[in-house]
Amino acid sequence: METPKIAVRDLEKVFFTKGREFAALQDINIDVRRNEFLALVGASGCGKSTLLRIIGGLEHPSSGQVLVDGEPVFGPGKDRVMVFQDYSLYPWLSVIENIRFCRELAAHTRINTISDSATAVDRSYALLELMGLEAVKDAHPNELSGGMRQRVAIARALMSRPDVLLMDEPFGALDAQTREVMHDLILHVFEIEKCTIVFVTHDVEEAIYLADRVVVLAPNPGHVDSIHEIDLPPPLERDQELKLSTDFVEQKRAILHRIRETTGVQRDLEKLDRLTKHLQETHA
Amino acid sequence: MAASPDSGISRIGMGPNMSGAGKRNSETGAKKARVGRFWAIRGELSRRDYLLIAFGSFMLAMLGWWGLSVSGLVPRLFLPTPLDIAERLGHWYADGNLLADTQISVFRVTAGFLLSALMAVPLGLYIGTYRPVQAFFEPMVEFARYLPAVAFVPLVLLWVGIGEGAKITVIWIGTFFQMVLMVSENVRHVPAAQIEAAQTMGASRREIVSKVILKSALPDIVDTLRITLGWAWTYLVVAEMVAANSGLGYAILQAQRFLQTGKIFGGILVIGAIGLLMDQLFRLFHRRAFPWLHKR
Repeated sequence: METPKIAVRDLEKVFFTKGREFAALQDINIDVRRNEFLALVGASGCGKSTLLRIIGGLEHPSSGQVLVDGEPVFGPGKDRVMVFQDYSLYPWLSVIENIRFCRELAAHTRINTISDSATAVDRSYALLELMGLEAVKDAHPNELSGGMRQRVAIARALMSRPDVLLMDEPFGALDAQTREVMHDLILHVFEIEKCTIVFVTHDVEEAIYLADRVVVLAPNPGHVDSIHEIDLPPPLERDQELKLSTDFVEQKRAILHRIRETTGVQRDLEKLDRLTKHLQETHA
Repeated sequence: MAASPDSGISRIGMGPNMSGAGKRNSETGAKKARVGRFWAIRGELSRRDYLLIAFGSFMLAMLGWWGLSVSGLVPRLFLPTPLDIAERLGHWYADGNLLADTQISVFRVTAGFLLSALMAVPLGLYIGTYRPVQAFFEPMVEFARYLPAVAFVPLVLLWVGIGEGAKITVIWIGTFFQMVLMVSENVRHVPAAQIEAAQTMGASRREIVSKVILKSALPDIVDTLRITLGWAWTYLVVAEMVAANSGLGYAILQAQRFLQTGKIFGGILVIGAIGLLMDQLFRLFHRRAFPWLHKR
């Protein structure tokens, strides 16, 4: 079997807060295939962001490890670029300067030949075009809408041609319409750039629409509940109508049921019922 | 067409056959809306209106003062009129001391302030960035900032003598510790996502400090410097009152000996004016250096 691009092995993460232990992740084993789009979903508190941050090297596991191309991860690396929900752009740089930020870093310019720089300039313009940012190339991030800012963040992440793109609820702060546009855009990018994407979201529809596989994480402590192979047309043939198809809705139902099952939603409903009854009685 | 004061103003205004009553109603409506805009919570105010009101407040204070001292309610000696003060300042200037006093005071403030800033900005940057550096310096600085700078004056005289070094040292003691803590706080406010994004792009620690943290915190650091410059003036006056034979603070002290209240007021006003000027220069610099913060 081909070695997975990313392999998470017996991963465990324990947080210590105010003298108490809190198991955020337990017994996590996930393989991410090369050039796969994998989505992590689950109720809040299931540790999906923590898992992503560990893969990105921004946090260290309490035990177990993450392997990228068979090599263990010890910290952040330019092969695994992360896209955040917000506030990660550099407000003092223009859009094009933000996109080229990695060219300022020694890690990307060790072999800085003239042709290398020329390629980089070409690439930054290509990304600008791909992301539909030509018109705002010299604007600063705080002049842009949330959607445009995330386009810049994605372009900046892609600039160095990373093998792996880690996305932590990148569209979580956007309105529904902008989100749809971003979904089609990211599928397009995924098709062109051919990288491996791990995508964290709490929006199941988003996860199904974008991903090849959806991993459902369950809380207390965070563990893998189920993995769903998504059976949809190839990325570029998907459109928004697809979200209303029977196939799509069936898969959404299955995943949503898993998530509800693993959280306290059911109990909350019972409690609400009791409260409603109580109120009706007191008013009567 | 019904035109109640509550309905949309523009719609009423555009009515083609407006009756007299409708017009009146729309006028009161428009007036209401204007008043509402003026007193809007966190509302907008044109630059012209802002300056007008600010100027008005100065004029009001001047008028109140003038009235109080001319009316004789307060003895002239305690509260001289603005004219008395202008006259005093004129004499002071004619003697040739006002400019010299101002110059030496500005020099001392600038020197003490720059010395503080040159030390506090790098130290604050590292305290806000690295935990061990924070553990080493911050508790110490927190303690030191409660040491009364004024009480250090006799010690400073012992240590540094009565030269320019003494005044600069007093200003340094008064501003440095506060500045370090404020700069480290500015640095800690850099969004974690900005730092982590750089990390995942392969930035080294040194690159993160110089290309992300410093750049991101710089506008706030400049604001911190602007605020601490005001404190530098306070400590300058303290230092000059105790251990100097020149400068605005010294002149104020001398004026006190001869009960020249006009000169005391004059000295205070000159310091206030220079402070305001420097503050405005800092603001101008902020707008020029960080244009993205000022356009939206």
